[in-house]
Amino acid sequence: MAKVYDFPDMHGHFGSYGGVFVAETLITALDELRVQYEHYRNDVDFQAEYAYELKSYVGRPSPIYHAKRWSAYLGGAQILLKREDLNHTGAHKINNTIGQALLAKRMGKPRVIAETGAGQHGVAAATVAARYGMECVVYMGSEDMKRQETNVYRIKLLGATVVPVDSGSRTLKDALNEAMRDWVTNVEETFYIIGTVAGPHPYPMMVRDFQAIIGREAKIQMQEEYGRQPDTLIACVGGGSNAIGLFFPYIEDKNVNMIGVEAAGLGIKTGKHAATLLTGKPGVLHGNRTYLIQDEDGQIIETHSISAGLDYPGVGPEHAWLKDTNRAQYVAITDDEALAAFHMMCCYEGIIPALESSHALAYAAKLAPTLDKEKLLLVNLSGRGDKDIDIVAQAASIIS
Amino acid sequence: MSRIAATFHTLSQNNRKALIPFITAGDPEPTMTVLLMHELVSVGADIIELGVPFSDPMADGPTIQRSYERALKNHVGLKDVLEMVAEFRRTNTVTPVVLMGYANPVEVMGYQRFAVRAKECGVDAVLTVDYPPEECEEWLENLKQKKIDAIFLLSPTTPQTRIQQIAKRAQGFVYYVSLKGVTGAAHFDLREVANKLADIRSYVSIPIGVGFGIHDDVTASAVAELADAVVVGSRIIEVIEKSAKEDVLMNVSNLVKSLRNAIDKVSIKHRTAGIKR
Repeated sequence: MAKVYDFPDMHGHFGSYGGVFVAETLITALDELRVQYEHYRNDVDFQAEYAYELKSYVGRPSPIYHAKRWSAYLGGAQILLKREDLNHTGAHKINNTIGQALLAKRMGKPRVIAETGAGQHGVAAATVAARYGMECVVYMGSEDMKRQETNVYRIKLLGATVVPVDSGSRTLKDALNEAMRDWVTNVEETFYIIGTVAGPHPYPMMVRDFQAIIGREAKIQMQEEYGRQPDTLIACVGGGSNAIGLFFPYIEDKNVNMIGVEAAGLGIKTGKHAATLLTGKPGVLHGNRTYLIQDEDGQIIETHSISAGLDYPGVGPEHAWLKDTNRAQYVAITDDEALAAFHMMCCYEGIIPALESSHALAYAAKLAPTLDKEKLLLVNLSGRGDKDIDIVAQAASIIS
Repeated sequence: MSRIAATFHTLSQNNRKALIPFITAGDPEPTMTVLLMHELVSVGADIIELGVPFSDPMADGPTIQRSYERALKNHVGLKDVLEMVAEFRRTNTVTPVVLMGYANPVEVMGYQRFAVRAKECGVDAVLTVDYPPEECEEWLENLKQKKIDAIFLLSPTTPQTRIQQIAKRAQGFVYYVSLKGVTGAAHFDLREVANKLADIRSYVSIPIGVGFGIHDDVTASAVAELADAVVVGSRIIEVIEKSAKEDVLMNVSNLVKSLRNAIDKVSIKHRTAGIKR
């Protein structure tokens, strides 16, 4: 009998990846979190409340939509979209923040903190903090704050405080460093809501579990609506939470291909990209061992992507494991390719996708024409693109 | 006996406490690091903690992060830091050097390669902030083979059972992080430190150093009353940062002299008290 996929192990390891690489000051807090989460993940009341919130507050289940016109235009496989963009707050991020906020509430923590890159996780964290009456502080790189002004305003509207981070490259990784520092300092009353499947154990597992609702729903919907499962799953990968959410329930279904799409930025050869799994080497950052974009001295290098949500030099440790074991394949899409897919989605389907999700769409647009019409590609449309229209407008005027 | 054990042995025979200043290798300039190390020794440093610059120092405050950023601008990496220790050792074979840094640079260099090279260069101990004991068996094995001490952190939130586990692995001295927070934070509760140190002493037989938050003579002497070693980092880095380049050596020297006096007053007070008894 085939071995059942049961990662991570009790220490949070996915093979040699994952783990708990943090300073001693955080160990006790992480132990407490792990114990509490292990308890509540099997707690019927907790799971019932989580399910109810997803239904009544987020609007789940999110539908699977057949992009017929676009598929016909591409002239190959059928492209199906898992519509996470239709969730409350406009992205998959809220699946996770609701779960963690409910946990924070049960652990008696009145204050939550979060890091954010594109601002989607910050918005999702601020939203649930307002929903459950918690104090919320969001750390955001000052560079990202410029790129994502609307989301900064949104977070403030929701009653949260945004703290600009001016250290390092002033992007997501630096926001994460700063949030960790806050947590170390205020560890007793504060719950740190990490937005992706990175960080020290139990975060990669916990965030995955909360995001796995995406794949679990998809499995049921595919069976009901198409009578079978998709041939290939496609999702963008920055830290990798929307991808793991879709992939995880399918890991044992070996006839379903899984493709993670990283950001090739201005092109892999230019060095200005965020394709961690394709170009990085294993190392330790932000509490876990994983692939990292780094120099020969082990210093983390600044990444580039037109999409702030993919602009991260690390990647969730489970993706590192899925890559090494060849269970998932990873590819990269440039800024320009993502922009082209963005525009196609607008014009052919009347959907404005997030620039992050546009990377997954762009790869689907490459793959679909090479396959016959009966094949089904399920693309995770992880977020909507309203937040990105200024960037797209700017890029369009540069191009035209 | 290792250099660290010998240092603490001599100190305790003379009823003195250790002063451990921290500087970042390559800050403000690579050429100044070895000069600074010698200067620190000449004004009373017993052990030198040398920071290995890292791009994402999660457990450090803004002051030390800025010093890492200055060093990285000077392209100082782990290999260069080891070279600096080797240069220091050419004229000083007595003062222990502890490297303090993060896991990723050693992950990239490789455990064995690091251990071999660090030994050759004269490194005595390594404190890797984000290698808690449960994640670094292989790393510890490599250090052990080269007789390099692995120094571990203990924090206000470390429970007793864990102190016992860490005590089994800790070598050289243990480093008690005196407050919840990052390096250079301001708040500091002396009574809390005293209580926790008493707790730690019941499990740990090697010397205990205390760091994080020691920023002047008063806090230094207060900590010297309780611990075997006083670690001062951010305060020194602050002086380096604010000084004109030609004044760095002198200003750091004056600061450390003053800290040394503050710490020694404590020891002398104790000695007199002992004689009276």
